[in-house]
Amino acid sequence: MRKIKEFIIENLILICGIASIFFVLLIFLFLLKEGLAVFKIEGPFKFLFGKSWYPISEPPRLGIFPLILGSLLVTAGAAIISIPIGIGCAIYIAEIAPVKTKEILKAGIELLAAIPSVVLGFIGMVTLVPFVKTVFHLPTGLTALSGSIMLAFMAMPTIVSIAEDALYSVPKTYKEGALALGATQWQTIWRVMLPAASSGILAAVMLGIGRVIGETMAVMMITGNAAVIPQSILVPVRTLTATIAAEMGEAVVGSEHYFALFAIGIVLFIISFAINVTADLFLHKRQ
Amino acid sequence: MRNPHRAQKIAFFFLFLATLLIVVPVGMIVVIIIQKGLPAINWQFLTDIPRQGMRAGGIFPAIVGTAYLVTGAIVFALPIGLLAAIYLSEYSKDNILNRLIKLAIVNLAGVPSVVYGLFGLALFVVFFKFGASILSGSLTLGIMILPIIITSSREALESVPQSFREVSLSLGASKWQTIRHIVLPNAIPGILTGTILGIGRAAGETAPILFTVAAFYLPQLPKSVFDQAMALPYHLYVISTQVPNVDEKIRYGTAFVLLALVLFMNLVAIIIRYKFRKKKKW
Repeated sequence: MRKIKEFIIENLILICGIASIFFVLLIFLFLLKEGLAVFKIEGPFKFLFGKSWYPISEPPRLGIFPLILGSLLVTAGAAIISIPIGIGCAIYIAEIAPVKTKEILKAGIELLAAIPSVVLGFIGMVTLVPFVKTVFHLPTGLTALSGSIMLAFMAMPTIVSIAEDALYSVPKTYKEGALALGATQWQTIWRVMLPAASSGILAAVMLGIGRVIGETMAVMMITGNAAVIPQSILVPVRTLTATIAAEMGEAVVGSEHYFALFAIGIVLFIISFAINVTADLFLHKRQ
Repeated sequence: MRNPHRAQKIAFFFLFLATLLIVVPVGMIVVIIIQKGLPAINWQFLTDIPRQGMRAGGIFPAIVGTAYLVTGAIVFALPIGLLAAIYLSEYSKDNILNRLIKLAIVNLAGVPSVVYGLFGLALFVVFFKFGASILSGSLTLGIMILPIIITSSREALESVPQSFREVSLSLGASKWQTIRHIVLPNAIPGILTGTILGIGRAAGETAPILFTVAAFYLPQLPKSVFDQAMALPYHLYVISTQVPNVDEKIRYGTAFVLLALVLFMNLVAIIIRYKFRKKKKW
């Protein structure tokens, strides 16, 4: 009797163990199932590089190039802001801060990671958006720049915690060796620690960027949602994620619009898959 | 030649500045929301339904909706996540399957939240015909928080010393008995931490519930798992972007309740982890 019970439980454990693989495949399959139909209407090339997104005009024009550019612009801005600040903060926490400060800072970073994106979007709307509007004398503060700044804060916790882990796992002997040779603490960090932790830091940056590309609510609330090819960082843009979130509510199940939004989901899934697999390879190289 | 000590001073100053650039805005966000949101909080705001097109009244249905969704997500994700963690920590060998599972977990954690929304719509709402319902939303959120629960439970299980298992096995206990009576009890704080973090995440996410459950305005409470429901994060989105002329107090109040809920969960998780680390005898 006990044998049977254990047999059942151990098989259940195995099934749950491989459930993650199953769910990843399931997500991909269902995106394909609903999204691939769009390519009967619009060729893959025209879908990706078509310059106009008018999903409800007759006939619909389903080119997501403006949305891709919107996502890239916001992401690039967020990366420029968050990478130096995030890595700087990681170095400070890992190498310089005293133990007590370190614990407090780490809790602060966790706090930032925990703030829901809709709350960050709300705060961005009421503080950052008017600020950007006044500083640059714009007709609206809902711009790619506002989105970039807000998203930088969503990327930072990821970058800081993974980069800090990478620095922490550099063998102590490297540091001691450099210091014993008379290098200053900064020379040790710059010439020894950072190169030794480089693959982990690279992974941190990639995962941070992955977080930004996939971010939805904050970006939808503060980038202005104009599906046109952006000419500068100070105009409203619309990202891939915001398009899905804003339009799926109105799309009729089974319409071209519905298929197209799922096809955008396929694009996002492939991007995040590529980023996560590459980052994982970098993290494993380190070990 | 440049003075290396001066270079160090300048470099450390910039690193400190970078840290301030993260910490100060975070502090400001929390302070602003507390300062402007706390005055809006009263018994009526927490227990009344939204009135006058969400420009007055309270947020009770949204609080209840979020509670249902989170409960549903945990009921689904905790057993699967815990068993998956047991598999990874106790049963799996260092082979290609193990590697694939870990890669799948990393990918599940990285899938954009709005893609979870699409998936939930396609699978639960349309394919299984659950409709936009608490059931669809809970299952979608449950799959989304699975990686959080697996990862933290696995760490907790793996931190139980090998010698505990060896002693139990040498006394004639079976592998499952050892896991059930020796490994699991010692890993409970870590599992709890992961579960609470999962709850916090599920409570705060908006994109996965947009098309699977969230109701724009629903002044009565849901009666079954096949009903739509309001939810706090979606409600905050609605009153800050979709409804004009909502009193600022109501917006800040809603943001405050949501933030307080999520931060409280995280605080509890941090405290459990801290206490456990202190108590650990091995």
